[in-house]
Amino acid sequence: MDIGGHVADLVQAELTTADASSVPTGRSKPPVGRSPGQLAWRRFRRDKTGVISGCVVLFFFLVGLGAPLISLLYGKDPDTQYGLERPGLLSDTGIPMKPNGGIDGEFWLGLEPKLGRDVLMQLVYGIRTSLLIALVVVFIVTAIGVIIGITAGYLGGKADYFIGRVIDTLLAIPSTLFFLAFTPIALALFIAPGKEAPAWLRATALILVLSVFGWTRAARLLRGQVLSLREREFIDAARVSGASSRRIVLKELLPNLVTPILVVVTLDVPAMVTTEAALSYLGVGMVEPTPDWGRMIHTGGDYIQTVPTYLVFPGLALLIFVLAFNLLGDSVRDALDPKSHR
Amino acid sequence: MLAFLVRRVIGALLILLVISAITFLLFFAVPGNEVAALSCGKSCTPALIDEIKRGLGLDQPIWQQYLTYLGGIFGGRMIGDKMCEAPCFGYSFVNRQPVFDTVVDRLPVTLSLAIGAVVLFLIFGVGLGMLAALRKGKAADKIAMGFALVGGSMQIYVLAPFFLYIFVYSSDLLPRPHYVSFFDSPLDWAGGLILPWICLALIHTAYYARLTRSSMVDVLNEDFIRTVRAKGLSTREVYVKHAFRGAMTPIATILGLDIATLFAGAIITETSFSLVGVGQLAVNSVLASDLPMMMGVVMLASSAVVVANIIVDVVYAAIDPRIKVTA
Repeated sequence: MDIGGHVADLVQAELTTADASSVPTGRSKPPVGRSPGQLAWRRFRRDKTGVISGCVVLFFFLVGLGAPLISLLYGKDPDTQYGLERPGLLSDTGIPMKPNGGIDGEFWLGLEPKLGRDVLMQLVYGIRTSLLIALVVVFIVTAIGVIIGITAGYLGGKADYFIGRVIDTLLAIPSTLFFLAFTPIALALFIAPGKEAPAWLRATALILVLSVFGWTRAARLLRGQVLSLREREFIDAARVSGASSRRIVLKELLPNLVTPILVVVTLDVPAMVTTEAALSYLGVGMVEPTPDWGRMIHTGGDYIQTVPTYLVFPGLALLIFVLAFNLLGDSVRDALDPKSHR
Repeated sequence: MLAFLVRRVIGALLILLVISAITFLLFFAVPGNEVAALSCGKSCTPALIDEIKRGLGLDQPIWQQYLTYLGGIFGGRMIGDKMCEAPCFGYSFVNRQPVFDTVVDRLPVTLSLAIGAVVLFLIFGVGLGMLAALRKGKAADKIAMGFALVGGSMQIYVLAPFFLYIFVYSSDLLPRPHYVSFFDSPLDWAGGLILPWICLALIHTAYYARLTRSSMVDVLNEDFIRTVRAKGLSTREVYVKHAFRGAMTPIATILGLDIATLFAGAIITETSFSLVGVGQLAVNSVLASDLPMMMGVVMLASSAVVVANIIVDVVYAAIDPRIKVTA
C-alpha cells in the first residue's frame, strides 16, 4: 500500500504550487536550498501521528470516492431493504433476528432495524453525503473568508469597520440555532413548503445556510494576518517600487497567507462534517432515503434499547474521522509553523 | 468606563435590531402567503386564511408588520382581538400560547443544564490543563491531552444514547434524565440532570483543558514568573499565586464568549435526552414551522449572547490590570 506516498504528493503539490519562492533543489551536498514548503513537508513527514492520521483521513476520502466499487465488490447496495425482501432476517417488530444487530458473514456490520438495509453500505454512502457537503461548504467559506479577510485587513478604515460589524452580528446568533432555523427557510426559497424536496436540493439548502454563516472564522483569522503583514517592509518595498494594489494582494500577500488558509481548512472540515451530521440528526438536514451519518445516528438513538450495535458504527466512524482530522490539523499546523511549541 | 459601557450597549442594541430585521424578513417574507396557512393548521378554508391574515396584520406592507412586531416587544400590541402584553413576541401557531411566556417557562431547564455543565467542565478542564502544563512533555501531559483530543472529537448526539443505554436502560444506576426544580429538591435536580451534564461537559472539558494548558505554558514563560522564582517563592506558590491568575484571563474571556456554543450544545443535549428546555423548543418549533416561536427563540438567544459579551468585556477589564478601557 502506498497511501503515505499519495498524501505526500497531495501535500507537496499543495504547498509548492502555493509557494511563490520555490527554490530548485537537487544538489546532494549541503547546504541544500529548501523552500518553506519543502521544509514544512520534511517536518510533517517526521511526525508519526500526523502521517497516520493523514492516512486515515485519506482512507475516508477513498471510501467515499470508491463507494460504487465497494458496493460492486461487496455485492449489495445502500437502498435495497434486504430485511424486508427476505424472510428470516428481521423479526415482526423489525429487529434483526441474529445477535449483535444481525452481523454475520453476509451483512458485515448488520442490518438496519425496521427497514432492513445493509449497515455497511449505508455507512459507505453516508461518507459521500457528509464529505461532499462539507468540502463544498469549506471551499465556499474559505473563498469568501479570504476575499473578505483581505479586503478588511488591506483596505482598513470604513470597509474594515463595516465587515467587523457584520461579523459581530453573525456571531451573536448561536450557530446551531441559526442553521436550525434557516435551513427550512433556505429550502422554502427553492420549493413550496410541504412538497417533497429532492436530495440535491436539500443539500444545496444546507450548503447555502452553512456558507452564509461559516465564513466568519476564516475572515477574522485572515484579517488579523493581513493587518500585521501590511506593515511589513516587503509590502512597503513593493508599494514604493510602484506595484499596483492588485499585484500586492495577489503576489505579495496571498503567498504569505497559505499557512493560515490551510489552518482554517483543517479546522473547518471536521466542524462542517459534524454540523451537517447534527442538523440531519435534528431532522432539518438530509432525510430519507439519502444515506447520511447524522440520520443513521438518529435512528440508532431510537433503537438503542433493542439494537445498540446499530449506533456503534456511524458513531465510531464519525469519531474516528473527526479525531483523525483534528490530529492531522495539529500536525499540519506544527509543520507549517516551526516556532510553535506545543 | 461609563462611556465605554454606553457605547457597547448602543452597539449591542444595533446588532439586535439588525438581527430582528433580518430574521423577521426571512421568516415572514420568504414563505409568503404560507404564513397564514401555517397559522391556521389543517382544517383551513380560504375565508379563515383571510381572517387570520387580517388578525396577524399580514395584509399590511412588510415594513409596517416589522414595526408592529418591534413595537409589540416594547409596548405590547393587539393580535386579533387579544391583547398581547409587553414584551410581546406573538403567539405560537401550534398551541396559541404567548411566545415569551413559553420561553421563560422553559428557561430554568436550559439554565440548569448550562450551569451544571459549566461547573463540571471548568473543574475538570482547568484541572487537566494545569496538570498537563505542570508536567509538560511527560506522560501525564500526553495522557491528559490525548483524553482532551478524543473527548473533543466526540459528539453529544452519539454519546447521549450510549450513556442512556449504559447507565439507565441496562443498569438502572441513574434515573431517566428529567427536570425537577432546584428549589423543590436539589438532590433530584442534580440526579435528573447528571447524565446530560456529564455529556455536555465532556465535550467542553477537552477544549478548556487545551486552552488552560497553552495559556499556562505561555504564562510560565513570562518574565514575571522568572522574577518571582528568583525571589525565592516555592514552585507551588509560583503556580497558585502568580501563574494561575495570569492564565485565567483568557479562559474567562472564552467562557463568556462560549454562551452561544453552550446554547448550541443545549439544543442537541435537550433533544438527545428529551429535556423540555429552550433548545428542544427551538427544534420542535422548527419542525412544526411555528414561526413566531422560532423568531422569539432566535431573538432571545441572540440577546443573551450580546449581553454576555458586554459582561465579558467589563469583567475582562476588571481582572486584567493591563487592559485600559478606552472610550
